[in-house]
Amino acid sequence: MEGPAAVNISDRPAAQPEAQAAGDGAIAGSGPAGGALAAGTAPAGAERLPSLLYSEVESDLRASVRALLEDRCGWQAVLARTESGEPYDAALWRALAAGLGCAGLLVPAEHGGAGVSYREACVSAEELGRYVAPVPYLGSAVVATAALLAVGDTELLTKLATGDVTAALAVPFAAMPGAPVRPMARLARPQPGDAESGVARLSGTVAGLADALPADVLLVPAEGVPFGLYAVDAGAAGVTRVPLVSLDMTRQLCDLSLHEVPARRVASGEAAVRAVSAGLTAGAVVLASEQLGLAERCIEMTVGYVGERRQFGRPVGSFQALKHRLADLWVSVTQARAAARYAAACLATGDPDTLVAAVLAKSCCGEAATAVAQECVQMHGGIGFTWEHPAHLYLKRAKSGSIAFGTPDRHRATLASLVTLPGPPASS
Amino acid sequence: MADETQRPAADSAADAPGTADEIRRRVREFLTACDPATVPRGDFLRARFDAGLAWVHYPPGLGGIGAPRALQSVADAEFAAAGAPTNHPELIGIGLGMAAPTILAFGSHDQRTRWLRSLWTGEEVWCQLFSEPGAGSDLAGLATRAVREGDDWVVTGQKVWTSQAHRARWAILVARSDPVQPKHRGLTYFACDMTAPGVEVRPLRQLTGEAEFNEVFLSDVRIPDSDRIGAIGDGWRVAMATLMNERVSIGGRALPREGGMIASAARTWRERPDLRTPGLHDRLLRLWADAEVARLASERLRQQLAAGHPGPEGSAAKLVFARLNQEISGFEVELCGADGLLYDDWTMHRAESANFFGRGPGFRYLRARGNSIEGGTSEVLRNIIAERVLGLPAEIRMDKDVPWKDLPR
Repeated sequence: MEGPAAVNISDRPAAQPEAQAAGDGAIAGSGPAGGALAAGTAPAGAERLPSLLYSEVESDLRASVRALLEDRCGWQAVLARTESGEPYDAALWRALAAGLGCAGLLVPAEHGGAGVSYREACVSAEELGRYVAPVPYLGSAVVATAALLAVGDTELLTKLATGDVTAALAVPFAAMPGAPVRPMARLARPQPGDAESGVARLSGTVAGLADALPADVLLVPAEGVPFGLYAVDAGAAGVTRVPLVSLDMTRQLCDLSLHEVPARRVASGEAAVRAVSAGLTAGAVVLASEQLGLAERCIEMTVGYVGERRQFGRPVGSFQALKHRLADLWVSVTQARAAARYAAACLATGDPDTLVAAVLAKSCCGEAATAVAQECVQMHGGIGFTWEHPAHLYLKRAKSGSIAFGTPDRHRATLASLVTLPGPPASS
Repeated sequence: MADETQRPAADSAADAPGTADEIRRRVREFLTACDPATVPRGDFLRARFDAGLAWVHYPPGLGGIGAPRALQSVADAEFAAAGAPTNHPELIGIGLGMAAPTILAFGSHDQRTRWLRSLWTGEEVWCQLFSEPGAGSDLAGLATRAVREGDDWVVTGQKVWTSQAHRARWAILVARSDPVQPKHRGLTYFACDMTAPGVEVRPLRQLTGEAEFNEVFLSDVRIPDSDRIGAIGDGWRVAMATLMNERVSIGGRALPREGGMIASAARTWRERPDLRTPGLHDRLLRLWADAEVARLASERLRQQLAAGHPGPEGSAAKLVFARLNQEISGFEVELCGADGLLYDDWTMHRAESANFFGRGPGFRYLRARGNSIEGGTSEVLRNIIAERVLGLPAEIRMDKDVPWKDLPR
């Protein structure tokens, strides 16, 4: 079968930055902001918004990642891998890490990383989403890295930066940032010699982890006094990872069980809570960008197909019934891009609005990607419903991604307190 | 790592033409010579225009200094900080946003110098005579006739949805000069003197009760050929340029968080716990999130324009703006419950412009219905996105190569 036709519907070529002129990043329109109501209790929103464009550095990174994935991550291979014993592509991961530094984008240069920000990490994720790439970027280079950055564990960060070692935070993929961390592992009885070597023992189970199957190190939140975050060698005796038949087999989940496994404490108490929270927030924001890239690719695929597919003597893409729906999907992607860029920018600078930005990005991009992937299947008609077409890979990645790190609905529910829009009084 | 979107901290060429510092310097110099506290408003605005600080991206002599468009906000901010009078841009939007760029792009030297100054100062208000009862989305099918008689054109027809016509001195007008040509090719663009004999303006009452717009009847109106803008028969191309500017200007204004339609819905929600239900709560959170994301998308659009890379997202912004205004205002009326059964005022007022605020939720609900019709219906915008942005095949058309006079009507 022919591969899907590629049509570039984004507003720029891959390598062209939008913001190459040295202009002011956030220029307000001329004239007074008439029509705005000054609502008394309205939450403070950033009056001066950060740049929501792609910089030259970001666009260069995008072009490099895309070139590599175009060469090394064809959908047929991705599809075949989902039915193999090796769902993750270790060779592709090495190429991304060693060739482009994708494993260490967020790690400071003095610890062997690229030392760039979440803006670049999100652009890289967009590209990985476009190719439904089966690599542990999100789990290791983003979530685990963010957790370790929060506690300053430089030893492990240095290893993660090269990509030779990957790590996963041992929380369910559906865990929501901001929600209380409920550790499912606990400290186990020490064994002889543990005290001398500074080793703790963990037991317990965690269900539905992402990017943990290929991980070398597991970062396990565990109960105890105090609550702690522990690093566990994934190959140690007592560690069992059971692969799960997952909706998205390009990012296969697993259940983890630990039985008196030796562990090194990375952080404890408040620092450990912060680390887990940082990991989840980074995961939600970067996943939103991955969903954006996925959505954009699905629109391109669909536009290419309906322009070629002829029924009733004309391309089906000339029917308004499809054109208007595609236009609406494209509109939803323009909105998703703004939300994703804002969240990336907030996370990059530690903006106080990061939580709101993450909610907006995760809910908006998750719904946009799911809607676009669903329509991608529909507008491809029969061929889109077959196993031998990539549409289902995108659909499964989109739907899984919209649930991961909190569903759109759960994210929006947190706005009730974040921006003071409380629900009905309990008595009514 | 240098972020190209950030302005360099130390501007090595601070006084070079086209820098923010240069604009600030010029405005301050101007304000020193022309104190807004003592100079009358009209004199002040005319002097600002003559100093090239009206719209800085316009050419010298026409109110600008040929600076980048993005620097207009720098000039506006300086004037606002000094308490200078404005030209009330909210009242002359059609002139500023549509007529002026068209006159600049297609007008002769004489036309530009004659019209742009009084247009910018607001001394002469402009309106737009495009839509007709029989030509809405299909604007190129318009039937208003322009017949050449010596040095004049004699124009007859009916135009509709003309805001500001009752205040306007001038109109931009598209009329059919050659009915034998296919419809897009027989049009010519004019400036029409609204005080000329044969121009009759009648208020057009809308479903909100008020009359923001007008019908304009043109009966043998004589327009000198010197008021023609662009070549004879080139009116469609000129009109398209005007409409592209309209779409740039819609949704182009920066709002704070919870600015716009969501403001009053959120305020009512906070002030009236008794009205809250779980279902409405879900809807409000979704609308709030959508409105905030739309705000971010508008900001992104502005940043693209400022960086000199305007994207096609402008048509998306208008679609989103219309949908959200309608959904949020519908939500607000429903939230109000029994009060939502009432309406503030059905009296036929002459509204100066669409103002959602200072009226009740019922008004907002009804007025917002127009947001997906005015300035290009949402359906037409979807066609434009599908064909021009996504490159999908065009509709099969029956009317493109047929003489206009032979089209079924």
